[in-house]
Amino acid sequence: MSDAMSRGQVIRRQTPAAKALRGLLYAVLIVAAVAYLMPLVVMLLTSIKPLAEITPGNLLALPRSPTVEPWAKAWGEACTGMRCEGVGGYFWNSFAIVIPAVIISTLVGALNGYALTKWRFKGSNLVFAMMLFGCFIPFQVVLLPMAQTLGWLGLASSRSGLVLVHVVFGIAFTTLFFRNFYVGIPDELVNAAKLDGAGFFRIFWRILLPVSAPIIVVSVIWQFTQIWNDFLFGVAFSGHDTQPVTVALNNLVNTSTGAKEYNVDMAAAMIAALPTLVVYVLAGKYFVRGLTAGSVKG
Amino acid sequence: MPINTTQVPAHAGARGHSASASLQSWLPRLVLAPSVAISLFFVYGFMIWTFVLSLTNSRMLPSYHFVGFGQYARLMANERWWVAASNLAIFGGLFIAICLVIGAGLAILLDQRIRQEGTLRTLYLYPMALSFIVTGVVWKWLLNPGLGIQAMVRSWGFDNFTFDWLVQPEMAVYTLVIAAVWQASGFVMALFLAGLRGIDDEIIKAAQLDGASLPRIYRRVILPCLRPVVFSAVMILSHIAIKSFDLVVALTGGGPGYSSDLPATFMYAHAFTRAQIGLGSASAMLMLGGVLAILVPYLYSELRSKRDV
Repeated sequence: MSDAMSRGQVIRRQTPAAKALRGLLYAVLIVAAVAYLMPLVVMLLTSIKPLAEITPGNLLALPRSPTVEPWAKAWGEACTGMRCEGVGGYFWNSFAIVIPAVIISTLVGALNGYALTKWRFKGSNLVFAMMLFGCFIPFQVVLLPMAQTLGWLGLASSRSGLVLVHVVFGIAFTTLFFRNFYVGIPDELVNAAKLDGAGFFRIFWRILLPVSAPIIVVSVIWQFTQIWNDFLFGVAFSGHDTQPVTVALNNLVNTSTGAKEYNVDMAAAMIAALPTLVVYVLAGKYFVRGLTAGSVKG
Repeated sequence: MPINTTQVPAHAGARGHSASASLQSWLPRLVLAPSVAISLFFVYGFMIWTFVLSLTNSRMLPSYHFVGFGQYARLMANERWWVAASNLAIFGGLFIAICLVIGAGLAILLDQRIRQEGTLRTLYLYPMALSFIVTGVVWKWLLNPGLGIQAMVRSWGFDNFTFDWLVQPEMAVYTLVIAAVWQASGFVMALFLAGLRGIDDEIIKAAQLDGASLPRIYRRVILPCLRPVVFSAVMILSHIAIKSFDLVVALTGGGPGYSSDLPATFMYAHAFTRAQIGLGSASAMLMLGGVLAILVPYLYSELRSKRDV
């Protein structure tokens, strides 16, 4: 049986036309892959070339004397606007903003999703729809009031202020993730626990949380990449010391003092890109799930 | 408001813990309350606030001297706004169309039992993990006429090769399309691939038994099944297009001049750097209107399709 099938396949593969088509298919796919990869390769190659090799050289030429100096300079010395301390400090700023914002928004989203699905009440769907709208607004519409509110709260230009902003506008997404996930968890489990007298938080802790690992990963990855990659809130609400790395990168690239050091620009771009790239490589499956859940089911 | 009578109280009441039972039935609402308050204030309140600002003559600082719809009139007479708006039409239209074609094409090709499919998928999709600022910085380098792709192709001996869109006012907006397509088309591929995998094999087998050719099966059977995917992809992509801000800032800076401005950068420039808060607010409200115009039909059809099921 299996022998016959594989023979059938072999016969089909061997017709020259089919074979040529198959080759063409792979050729197209590989060319496409190279095209997608090219900018990253150029970025990496440029970031390890000395400046002397860049101007006369070719984008794709391999570095003759590779150096990590541009990386060191981008990290610790390059000028971002008025200051020349590299993007290193801003890289840690981003972490200082991202970590609390991700934890808080995921936690709140989990509790919201749980309350909205396992403790439905009159109007709970309306509450969900109302919160969901926050996923869709163009953030330009909240920028000016937010700036003033942060000022009133004494959080203008602070990392805490940015954490607040990212939590506030991240909750809509995390609630959506957890709500859609918890809808699929059978109500019977929860109802039985309610009959046994278990309370709201106990049921969450004992029944929902232990099965939530996949959606927690999705939520954490989604929030991490969104907040790490944010530029709009960062540029609007941060001060000199509290900029996230995306803002610092943009300043670095647009600072024109002396000769333009493209290798340093590219090294800084790599530094800003690395955390989300690492997350993507390690957990691509969850990344895609977050993208589709966050956007399609919205 | 009567306490929830659908789920808990009957049992809890029977056990005689009415105080704790009513606390339990209020807890979910208490847990949701902060988020609801946040949403009411920071989303709905701010939208109204911005609308109010758009009716004032605020410049450097918000003032509450109302001028009716004067800012909207100024906006309509503002040439830079129209450049931004028509750029959004060009950018959004091309970005969406090209992403759909590339995304669907790659997904169909990848769906032919390809070896190393996972690797290829990863390579197509990774740009989506990057910040638009990084994308902008990289493409600014690639599109730099003196040092980037143009210089490279010329060094191969094609001396007249010209690819200097980045510095051409009437072409700069197309560089945004290139970079944005690079970033997002892999994601559209992933959407289509998921859609293709979701199609029932039986339908395709039945078509094959009827003697339909492969291209015909794709055109007549598979693509119609993917209509919902196309629909959501268009939603997501148009949403990205309207919100595009970072890419413009990093790649073209809105220039040369303001030739590649988009509404998002127009709003930011007027509200935060040009001391035109009223005008900036009016442009933000128009952006919101644009999003709603796309969103409302989408939500409507989503809700209707759910009711049908």
